[in-house]
Amino acid sequence: MSTPPEAADRRALEVSPGQLGTAAAGLLDQGHRLALAAAHDEGETLRVVYLFLAGARPDVPEMRTELSVQVPAAAPHLPSLAGASFPAGRFEREMHDLFGLIPDGHPLPRRLVRHAHWPAGWYPMRRDAGPPPPFSAAEPYPFLTVTGPGVFEIPVGPVHAGLIEPGHFRFSVVGESIVKLKARLWFVHRGVEKLFEGIDPVRGTELAERISGDTSTGHAVAFARAVEDALGVRPPAEVDRARVLLVELERIYNHVADLGALANDVGFGIANAHAQRLREQALRLNARVTGHRLLRGATGPGWARLLALPDPVELGRLAAEAGELAEICLRNSIVRDRFAGTAVLGTQQAGELGCLGPVARASGVRGDARWDHPSVALPGGPVVHSGGDVLARFLVRRDELAFSAELVAGLCRDGLPLAAGAALGRAAGTTAGAAAGAAAGAAAGAAAGAEGAQPRAGVGIVEGWRGTIVHRVELADGLLRRVKVVDPSWFNWPALPVALSGAIVPDFPLVNKSFNLSYAGNDL
Amino acid sequence: MIALVALLQPLAVALGAPLVLGLTRQVRARLEGRVGAGVGQPWRDLRKLAGKQRVRPTGTTVVFLAAPVLLVGTTLAAAVIIPLVGVSPLDRAGDLFAVVGLLLTGTVALTLAGLDTGTAFGGMGASREVTIAALVEPSILMAVYALSLPVHSTSLAAIVTAVSADPGRVATPAAVLAAVALGVVVLAETGRLPVDNPATHLELTMVHEAMVLEYAGPPLALLEWAAAMRLTVLLGLLANLFLPVGLATAVTGAPSVAALLVGLAAVAAKVSVLAVVLAAGEVALAKLRLFRVPELLAGSFVLGMLAVTASYFLITPTG
Repeated sequence: MSTPPEAADRRALEVSPGQLGTAAAGLLDQGHRLALAAAHDEGETLRVVYLFLAGARPDVPEMRTELSVQVPAAAPHLPSLAGASFPAGRFEREMHDLFGLIPDGHPLPRRLVRHAHWPAGWYPMRRDAGPPPPFSAAEPYPFLTVTGPGVFEIPVGPVHAGLIEPGHFRFSVVGESIVKLKARLWFVHRGVEKLFEGIDPVRGTELAERISGDTSTGHAVAFARAVEDALGVRPPAEVDRARVLLVELERIYNHVADLGALANDVGFGIANAHAQRLREQALRLNARVTGHRLLRGATGPGWARLLALPDPVELGRLAAEAGELAEICLRNSIVRDRFAGTAVLGTQQAGELGCLGPVARASGVRGDARWDHPSVALPGGPVVHSGGDVLARFLVRRDELAFSAELVAGLCRDGLPLAAGAALGRAAGTTAGAAAGAAAGAAAGAAAGAEGAQPRAGVGIVEGWRGTIVHRVELADGLLRRVKVVDPSWFNWPALPVALSGAIVPDFPLVNKSFNLSYAGNDL
Repeated sequence: MIALVALLQPLAVALGAPLVLGLTRQVRARLEGRVGAGVGQPWRDLRKLAGKQRVRPTGTTVVFLAAPVLLVGTTLAAAVIIPLVGVSPLDRAGDLFAVVGLLLTGTVALTLAGLDTGTAFGGMGASREVTIAALVEPSILMAVYALSLPVHSTSLAAIVTAVSADPGRVATPAAVLAAVALGVVVLAETGRLPVDNPATHLELTMVHEAMVLEYAGPPLALLEWAAAMRLTVLLGLLANLFLPVGLATAVTGAPSVAALLVGLAAVAAKVSVLAVVLAAGEVALAKLRLFRVPELLAGSFVLGMLAVTASYFLITPTG
């Protein structure tokens, strides 16, 4: 962990709408993936930025390529990239709903984010959108009706019997077999990206921590890195290492809860009882390390601050107990039978849908931003299983948890300076004037402020526990002009119905839990 | 005095059933390392539900209203017939087949109520319940048949009296096979693991709970109470068919108050032991995949079948 990773190979290209398709196809062919697409309202024009990423390989640094396109706001037509990239098609639908961009040639130009009660022609992310008009349910937003002998519909949610985020699932079934599943999300649209506009990065960090409650630190780190990137600041290596520690602590407490929840969903309650106990221990550890059980307030642009280092012995014991718990689950033949072969997501399917995180790695896709877009050189490599079923997703979590615990223990043994974290200027970071917080960051912030209205863009990438989180910020006058947030759940939600085709209805909760996607992170 | 049995049994079941349920939950909680809500919690839940406002889903008919009453009624009727505390004077009114029929009537009433709500979950739960019931009933009948062959009667009193007189009967292959078959069937019939998960909040996996999702307040209290009573009655039946120790039988003439008290204590002890065993077993079990449940119940049916065969071949000709 001594040699810092090579700097990223960055490019930002302006293309015309006509060139967009060719340029994007070229990048996709070279092994890039579309990680983010964000529209920006510039008044007369709409500017769309596509961020393509390619992971680091041996001797080849990571690549970050941005394509940006300008279209007139009056006639915002763009050629659709949906044919070349499935995620692009979804980003286009999102941009249509929020900005009014029209993707020409899109195969499914339906509403995505805005439900039927949002009036047509009102685009909330436009600068002149104003307050929301009165809602009505007049707009068409139909479900595909599956017809045929013996096909029934089962509507589930958005209010569920347990404590689950709101999502509506429409099953078309024959008997117990699922013919088609349609997940309707976007019940929790809070306008997060709009809330980011015009606030300073300090407030922005607090908002980023609240995008998805269980990924507080993941989003905070992605946001902080994006702001640092925009300001051209590289924080000290101690900050990066402290952030690795925070993100891994978040992974540990979430993965252990998932292991138990998966067992609980097949009625193996004892495993859940113990997983909850372990999660509580992890949360208390978090509180000792950062002062917050969900690791909030521990990092921001330019700084990271720890109250104490986690005790490696305690962490080792927690990881060992979690491993034993997983072993007990897998030794139970009924549990194993429920997990094995259930809802297989193939490698090709996961790749084409653009899946990320444990979901992708359980289907044999080797993507992990900790190695693809490294901030700290880490030992080992991503945990990959190839089964693609619930069992594989369980195993990925088990193995990642063990790796994370070891990694954190290693960081602690190497001696992570707490004081250095404090010296990074937590106090300075709390004042809006020195937005970037750190001494270096503050200077750069001042420079950015002096530079005037010209926006500066930056990208932050972090491997959260659900997968790769990407934030892209644009700063002007030290304030956030536009923040685009992409949670891995955005990429993984479409994989759930794909994996479920051919499964049976009573297996759905288990499969859903094995994906464990965020509703709030998906719907900003 | 013997008429007391017919009164005492349903009363004991009605009062004791929530405690039996509470016991299973408490044992499970302790084994999982949780504190648990206490044995009395089901009673507290019932009291809470009974005090709530009555809400009835729009569009439901008398079927929806009648189901809880029918379920409680049939279960109490079964509690009158089954020899739990003592051999009931009403035994002649119904044999093992009648008990099976009574319990099935309750099940059918509940599935119809599930369908009556017109919701997807009610229908789904009803469909699953009927699938399970269709597999459970033949197993019960097979096991009952195997037990009734040696005594040449399906009368519960006759079976239980014969076993009391000659406890060695329980050790025959037929009785052992029938016991296992009945045990599996009780799990399925009462919605326990590995067939159904009584503790789940996942509406898509539910069987019994899916049918009663639309109930609230006092009718829900009745349903929960009936479910607890079914569990108690079936555990009591299982215990007394194979181990009728302490049962106040008519062999010695009219049972005295003391004999009834002994019988009550004995059945309470036996049901408690079975409840503890059930809860402890459940800790180690997970819920079977829905499509594997028929395999389990088919296994139970085969055991019942083998029990019948064994009764035929290994029967001692008593004339």
